[in-house]
Amino acid sequence: MIRFTFDGKSYQAREGDTLAAALLRNGVGLVGRSFKYHRPRGIMTAGVEEPNALVTVGECGRTEPNTRATDLFVYNGLVARSQNRWPSLRFDIGAAIGLLSRFLPAGFYYKTFFGSARRWIFYEYFIRRAAGLGSAPSNVDPDRFSQRAAFCDLLVVGGGPAGLATALEAAEAGKRVILVEQDSILAPSLIRDPQEQDAVWVDTTARRILAAGGRILTRTTASGYWEHDLVTLTERLAEPGQVPPNGIAQRLWHVRAGQVVLATGSIERPMAFAHNDRPGVMLSQAVRTYVNRFGVVPGQCVVVATNNDDAYRTASALSHAGAVVVAVLDSRPAPAGDGTGFPVVNNAVLISVAGSQHRLRRVTASVDGRTTSWNADLLAVSGGFTPVVHLHMQAGGTLDWTDAAQAFVPARSRQNVITIGGAANPSPAPVVTPVGDARKSFIDFQNDVTLADVDLAWAEGYRSVEHLKRYTTLGMATDQGKLGNMAALGRLAEKQGVSIPEAGLTTFRPPYTPVTMGLLAGAGAADGGAHIRRIALYDLHSAKAPIWQPLGYWFRPRTYPKGSETLLQAALREAKTVRTNVGMTDVSTLAKFEVTGPDAAALLEIICATTVAKLAVGRGRYTFMLREDGFVFDDGTVWRLADNRYLLTSSTGGADRMATHISYVRNYLCPQMRVSVVNVQEHYAGIAVAGPNAHAVLTALIGTEPPRHMSTMAASIAGVPVIILAASYSGERAFEIYVEASSAAALWLACETEVNRRDGCCYGLEAMEYLRIEKGHLVVGGEIDGRLTPQDLALDKMLNKAGGYIGASGLSRPGLLAPGRRQLVGLEAVSGTIPEGSMLVTGDNQMPQGHVTAAAFRILDGGSIALAQLTDGFARSGEDLIATSPTRGQQARVRVVAPHFYDPDGVRYRD
Amino acid sequence: MMQVPCPHCGPRAQTEFVYERTVDSVVTLDGAPDAAMAALFTRANPRGVDDEIWRHTYGCRAWLVVTRHRVTNAISAVRAVGPETLP
Repeated sequence: MIRFTFDGKSYQAREGDTLAAALLRNGVGLVGRSFKYHRPRGIMTAGVEEPNALVTVGECGRTEPNTRATDLFVYNGLVARSQNRWPSLRFDIGAAIGLLSRFLPAGFYYKTFFGSARRWIFYEYFIRRAAGLGSAPSNVDPDRFSQRAAFCDLLVVGGGPAGLATALEAAEAGKRVILVEQDSILAPSLIRDPQEQDAVWVDTTARRILAAGGRILTRTTASGYWEHDLVTLTERLAEPGQVPPNGIAQRLWHVRAGQVVLATGSIERPMAFAHNDRPGVMLSQAVRTYVNRFGVVPGQCVVVATNNDDAYRTASALSHAGAVVVAVLDSRPAPAGDGTGFPVVNNAVLISVAGSQHRLRRVTASVDGRTTSWNADLLAVSGGFTPVVHLHMQAGGTLDWTDAAQAFVPARSRQNVITIGGAANPSPAPVVTPVGDARKSFIDFQNDVTLADVDLAWAEGYRSVEHLKRYTTLGMATDQGKLGNMAALGRLAEKQGVSIPEAGLTTFRPPYTPVTMGLLAGAGAADGGAHIRRIALYDLHSAKAPIWQPLGYWFRPRTYPKGSETLLQAALREAKTVRTNVGMTDVSTLAKFEVTGPDAAALLEIICATTVAKLAVGRGRYTFMLREDGFVFDDGTVWRLADNRYLLTSSTGGADRMATHISYVRNYLCPQMRVSVVNVQEHYAGIAVAGPNAHAVLTALIGTEPPRHMSTMAASIAGVPVIILAASYSGERAFEIYVEASSAAALWLACETEVNRRDGCCYGLEAMEYLRIEKGHLVVGGEIDGRLTPQDLALDKMLNKAGGYIGASGLSRPGLLAPGRRQLVGLEAVSGTIPEGSMLVTGDNQMPQGHVTAAAFRILDGGSIALAQLTDGFARSGEDLIATSPTRGQQARVRVVAPHFYDPDGVRYRD
Repeated sequence: MMQVPCPHCGPRAQTEFVYERTVDSVVTLDGAPDAAMAALFTRANPRGVDDEIWRHTYGCRAWLVVTRHRVTNAISAVRAVGPETLP
């Protein structure tokens, strides 16, 4: 015996019960409150289309809100709670809203936008409190979700008789077949409606499919049909809230199918009459499912209302189970229902039902224009059948209208998909025009949309079905209008005086049933799904216990604190050591490209906006790259290692973008060039040695005079071949030493010995930032943010006069040279500390005229400084502004200066 | 998710590829500024078949011109571009 709790009360269930079946078995009729009016709601269906019986299941991180009780198989220890009620399901304060429902019509939410903002704020408070279904859990989900790809010749969606027969034929013909069924068992409809194909046939068929190499997935929903016959399947390995047996709660399948067959059946439609949402009103096939499959009889005194023949099978099932069918109300004229032996009432259309919040008492209908009532505790309704065309439509298909069944059926498709079985041939069911009170005749049960709301939307001028949907929120709940859309279309068509197909249809979008977010994230859920890439010197840095900082794909030391130093103290000490002595840092992650061949210089002069060809062998220079529209997007250095061999460096964060850009230029724009570009970003590790004593360190390391500023040479350090680039980002005399990554540790240790001998230190990204800001060097993502031109950054003197580089034509646009552009400036605090990322204004209530891109301080002398972008900044030197950061509540008075705070003439580079 | 027939690797999932731009948006190196701006900002954007530049970034890394119907996503032709495809 299985035990579970609902709202804290313990109940028993049978093996194979859905929660809905188990609740009905225990006589629980009221299971939830509706979304807007908090009306009492019971169980209406026996499938995934259930709009009312939504519960929250599970505890802590396994909590799943808005789970359909009809699509949840009870397990031992299941904990389920009703939703949308306070303080309890029986006594719900929010139900008072229901009494005010005439003041909450369709579009109420939008109407509150009009009028004063104060009024909206007033309404918003109540709307937000009142609206909503279950609450999302705040704990982390402890379970894993897996993802899997598969390929097949035939994917069959729907494990009913039609799907099984199709899968069997294909599997035995040698095709790779996958069959999916969202229920926990195959062919549940054969239990609901016993036919000649019985359980033995289902079992034999499944065995033969498996024996022929086919795959059968139960409890698996084909939730999305995407391009080129890709279908996503969501497989439940555990029920919602259940501890998964092997740790994996669900699996997401990406199935690329040669052919897809949809045997998805149809969904029964409710009827529109007053109070049709009350507990005790159920769909006819659902009643039959509870009786024949689960052995639960949901009522003893039953009225069946129908417009088709199928509901008579429900009457039979109820009779066999011992219930009394007091009337079958058939909307069709005689002889419909003749000879069935039931008390058939023809030309009968439901008007209303009445009862308590737990129990139905009375059913009232119009019979040939006369109002008649019956006592009943259950009303089984069948308003016809809507084929499940969701996947067909997601695949980009078209629909045909069938008058006999009052339903859309699949027509053409541009993908390899066909529909068979009940989804292609719904049973006949004529139109029934509602006669009950439209204000209480619900069509979208989950969003509390009534026929009157559709009428109101029409009266207020909403003609398109798409507008109707958004204005009334019809079909926008988690059931996506599986039950209600056809009734709404019927009403809209009636208003327009057109046929339903002329009124149109809203778009079907994946997923078919709600999908848990964790499933989509899969194994990548933790750490944002990013791979961890370690730099070559990771272990050596780790031993020093640095503060790490993410940079591109990597982590680099931000600073190496000693003792109880704070980040700021440590970084300042490191920066001072570089300014006064010598420091070393890991620069391995910089983007690096080796460009070789007779056309190497020509290719680089297309990519770089500066000249390259004039570089002498052994020399290098600063360079920058433009987008086609003329804006600077990256910068770096270019070095001529040999006649036809160059090394190009660029920013770490832009490395992938630069690699793609260069590859595009080389392969698409310049395929005829004789040149090879190799991305050597991680092939080389790099160490920068900077400071007044860097020259001495290098001399000791290589035993000879190191290259002068912006020169390069090959050398050997600790027996390892290296390339030395004499470049400086810090503003001090500096060298970047590159080595094959596998030998990086030997180089680092050799450098560290020489640096330590002179009381130097290692420095991290934080100190590097202070150093480069003070020097006025640019950073990609800060000053180079894709919105400034070379002119704006005062780089235009370096532009290749001959043109020919990417961005040259974009740069010639007159607007880019017009006044009013943001330009790079320096800022010096007059009082206060310049806040990071602050806005530059001339006074209170003035529009921002620029922003701070990087803030720091003078390393040796103290004093707050910053780099900034400022409108017409070049001409505003000496002007005082306010740098304000409202989000931090900080501001400072600043003076505009040149963006070079340290050694503006560059004398410190030279020996 | 589309399936793109790579001329080197065969049919592969769209996730292996990166869409770069339409062929008519290419800014040629020798074009006049007006032509460059037209390519960048006033593209044809047809509701139908278009030639697009894709790259098999997480496969063979080849640059491809994919002829795709932009409503139905039907791919009617794919060819590789680059030095090795020159006559």
